[in-house]
Amino acid sequence: MTQKAKIDIKGLNFFFEQKQVIKELNLEIPENRILGVFGPAGSGITTLLRTLNRLSDLTAGARQEGEILLDGKNIFDTNVNVTELRRRVGMVFDVPTPLPMSIFDNVVLGPRMGGMKSKTDLEEKVETSLRMSALWDDVKDRLDTPAARLSGGQQQRLCIARVLALEPEVILLDRPCSALDPISTAKIEESLVQLKEQYTIVIAPHTVQQAGRIADRVAFMLMGDLIEQGYTQEVFSFPKDKRTNDYLTGRFG
Amino acid sequence: MKSFKEKLTERVFLLIALSTLSVLALITVFIFIKGMPIIAKVGIIDFVFGMKWAPSQGYYGIFPMIVGSVSVTIGAAIVGVPIAICCSIFLAEFAPVKLRNIFRPAIQLLAAIPSVVYGFWGVLFVVPAIRKYLGGPGLSILAGSIILGIMILPTIISITEVSLLALPRHYKDGALALGLTQWQTIRSLLLPAAKSGIVAAVILGLGRAIGETMAVIMVLGNAVALPHSVLDPVRTLTTNIGIEMGYASGEHQQALFATGIVLFVIIMILNATAQYITRKR
Repeated sequence: MTQKAKIDIKGLNFFFEQKQVIKELNLEIPENRILGVFGPAGSGITTLLRTLNRLSDLTAGARQEGEILLDGKNIFDTNVNVTELRRRVGMVFDVPTPLPMSIFDNVVLGPRMGGMKSKTDLEEKVETSLRMSALWDDVKDRLDTPAARLSGGQQQRLCIARVLALEPEVILLDRPCSALDPISTAKIEESLVQLKEQYTIVIAPHTVQQAGRIADRVAFMLMGDLIEQGYTQEVFSFPKDKRTNDYLTGRFG
Repeated sequence: MKSFKEKLTERVFLLIALSTLSVLALITVFIFIKGMPIIAKVGIIDFVFGMKWAPSQGYYGIFPMIVGSVSVTIGAAIVGVPIAICCSIFLAEFAPVKLRNIFRPAIQLLAAIPSVVYGFWGVLFVVPAIRKYLGGPGLSILAGSIILGIMILPTIISITEVSLLALPRHYKDGALALGLTQWQTIRSLLLPAAKSGIVAAVILGLGRAIGETMAVIMVLGNAVALPHSVLDPVRTLTTNIGIEMGYASGEHQQALFATGIVLFVIIMILNATAQYITRKR
């Protein structure tokens, strides 16, 4: 891999009580690229993403083995500040998660709690974040309306803006377009492709086609195993593993 | 087409359900019939705002008792609400499952203690402690507030906890994923989002406090006078009925029912407010 690895996952095993959800996973996530992790439901993809910023800590009965190196430093080290980790590795969920407050307050929640006070700074933050997520033109005249009034696609772009406002280094997106119409999906994909200039993006696409459209590299997971990974074109055109081929051609899944 | 048997079952259940409603109607009508004549005779203003309660001389003013009820209830809120809300935040957000499973039934048990036991405990411990350390007769607004503050805990805790737990899970995940600390998440997001439930919980708790009789009879001192400090004894609307019903007759008895009407109206207003707030959500 020519590009520097932003995240290096080494021998990750993840257990939920007795059940092993991720098995001995090794994966490098390149900087300033989009990595698409795809596979059928229940393959451990959501778990993998939630592990990358340790939201998995919140799941009772979960434990993991192995290392996840972010810029060479293991995120499971005891001296890692989890709050800070989550600011560096932001997450967008599969259903839009607008918080019960105005559009403006949703975007600045993270920075404000991080100590940003000045009104002009916050306003600037809102504008740049919403522009980056391609939502600014839709909402610039009604920033004080409740976020819940936005359409599903707008809500999801708001969630992306909210993550961008934190100025993270990595953005995780867990099937971000699964509840959206094609037009909203296209807008989000367009912003993601632009965003990779500045960020490292890991996306669990809701369709294989979405991975094909935007991902530079892909990884195929099945039942907790990483089956295959590589450049999108290569994996899609010449899958090395029969299971990848079967999934891509729709023989199962 | 429903069979006859099925129809019959349905009717029987309807009838039984209606009987509970009819009890409410019956009691309401009864206290109004018994109490209205004296209010009409004395005049609603003189009854509610009258300062002198001397049934033997024909004075029926319940204002000191309204003040008593309100002050003890506010006192109970000051004592109980902060504890209850902190406790429910702890249970809903911080407590590990095992601890929660011990706490929850224990708090429910608080509700199961008979009020006379609370009163007894108040008389033996709270009242003497107040007399010793703060002065005054001990039997006081403060004693009543402490006892009632404890008695309303289960109501407020359980409803607040439920409304916190009922929040969509994504609120918490979303906020934590944004790098908020747990306390920031609770303070800036969960509490505001659960506000209506919490307010309703507090109002229902206060409804319980204002209606409580036995425990407060024992610790309030029951003097019919406007209190000057929290260390003064007071009489509440409920204790007025409780103390005098045994020997009251004629107009005096009617005046006690009229006290009941005032209490009834206050509690109705409180409950309606709680319902309105919860529904608005």
